[in-house]
Amino acid sequence: MDITNKNRARELPVQQIDVFTDTRDILAHANKAARKRGFEDWLICDVDAHHTETISWHELVQYIEDPVIRHQAMLFHDEKMGTASYGLNGDMGLKYQDVGGRIPHQAGIREQVDDDVHRDVTLSRRAMSALGVDYMVLFPTPMLTLGLHPQPEMEVYLGRAYNRWLIDKVLSKDDRLKTLAYLPFNVPKEAERTIEEFADQPGVIGFCVPSTRHKPVHHNDYMRVYAMLEERNLPIAFHAAYHWQDQSLSTINRFLGMHALGFVWCNMVHMTNWILNGIPERFPKLKSIWVESGLAWIPFLMQRLDDQYLMRPSEAPQLKKLPSEYMRENCWYTTQPMETVNMKALQLTLEMINAESQLLFASDWPHFDFDLPQEIYDLPFLSEEAKRNILGLNAAKLFGLDPTPRKSL
Amino acid sequence: MAEYLVCSEDEIADGGRKVVACGEREIGIFRVKGALHAWHNMCPHRQGPICQGRIYPQVIEPVDERQEVRTLQYNEENMHVACPWHGWEFNLETGRNAGPAKYRLHRAELAIREGQIYVVL
Repeated sequence: MDITNKNRARELPVQQIDVFTDTRDILAHANKAARKRGFEDWLICDVDAHHTETISWHELVQYIEDPVIRHQAMLFHDEKMGTASYGLNGDMGLKYQDVGGRIPHQAGIREQVDDDVHRDVTLSRRAMSALGVDYMVLFPTPMLTLGLHPQPEMEVYLGRAYNRWLIDKVLSKDDRLKTLAYLPFNVPKEAERTIEEFADQPGVIGFCVPSTRHKPVHHNDYMRVYAMLEERNLPIAFHAAYHWQDQSLSTINRFLGMHALGFVWCNMVHMTNWILNGIPERFPKLKSIWVESGLAWIPFLMQRLDDQYLMRPSEAPQLKKLPSEYMRENCWYTTQPMETVNMKALQLTLEMINAESQLLFASDWPHFDFDLPQEIYDLPFLSEEAKRNILGLNAAKLFGLDPTPRKSL
Repeated sequence: MAEYLVCSEDEIADGGRKVVACGEREIGIFRVKGALHAWHNMCPHRQGPICQGRIYPQVIEPVDERQEVRTLQYNEENMHVACPWHGWEFNLETGRNAGPAKYRLHRAELAIREGQIYVVL
């Protein structure tokens, strides 16, 4: 045995990861994996990552357009104690996401950040660097249930303030950071105004409808919104979330079950309406992206809708092909949280959705079920070309991004 | 095969740990019920830093004679480490996953000589 001073073990600087641990230390293994796989030369676009916008809520409310509501919100944050962010409805499930403290980065990211740029720029850069990502598309977190707010105008106030704040403080500081701007979908005229105002703003590469809401996506009121996006060649994303007050989930007592179903159910309902009402026929060039519902729901819905459609075509007269064909030709999907326990099922899923052109890598960092680029790279049944497409080239094509990798590992 | 000197035995108290790099590999050494256990710092799920996770007693849900349940409880007999990336939990003594036994941590060999702990790789 060779025992010399050279063989002295080195104590790691972080013995236990907690909410104060630096993102680069939390994700040190991810960075190592990225370097090992040679990601330096791979374009990697993370189409769904998050920041916690409520940490900056006192700052964000200053961007509210309505002077009365803005004044109320600013006073609220200056004076109220022990209350949540002004105007947000939120969801009680947010209390459980970190599994009782087991996943600290979900509970909070309290590491030291630089002072010369907004903390969300710094934290996003650190995550991109650790994961080996070239472009990161940022979404909010608690705002994802704003579509259920009893005051539809609150979604308008806060959605616009969020877009303006995000562009001003975050996106304009680093052109690798992008967003699908918040659409206040409960008020269609305001959604149209949002597209007019933000379509050409720095970092805006499309628009997002947070999916937890009870509005039918096929209503005539939305046709102008879809036409405007199609004309501008900008995608529309339906970003899933859960909502434990949903009556269909009200008997589920464990967060695990509510989250597993809730994050899928909202998009299953919207997709069903989207397809059966012929939105892809009416807007054939409109690209829809279905975000953060995982992938296992898609083959289920494809089979279910195909069988039912063939028995009842008179109820979906606009369709010229099977529902599953629209789902694999007109729709794009983000990977996370990719179900990987049954690899045979995953392989079939990727075949059914035509993953080579329709699938977009997403990490969902810093949430508890985040994925890493290596999970796509390591899939044994994909060609290198398919992996490159999924990890970045599909997104570059969809959003018109330069496909040259920009990171330094 | 190489040995890496970690520290003296008394530097890891019961319930404590030391996570170290031995060349390119990282090893977590834990003391549970007086005994030392060493595991590679690589979660079998996504290769996350399992040994840098928080330690919790196993969670159980006792079922009474009527097959009813009332509370969740901690079983201090089985201490688990939870991966800080995604929460996968493993028994610190056996390395077995809290759920399916087919998922396990990879054990590292230790040697104790003259009160010093060595990792043998």
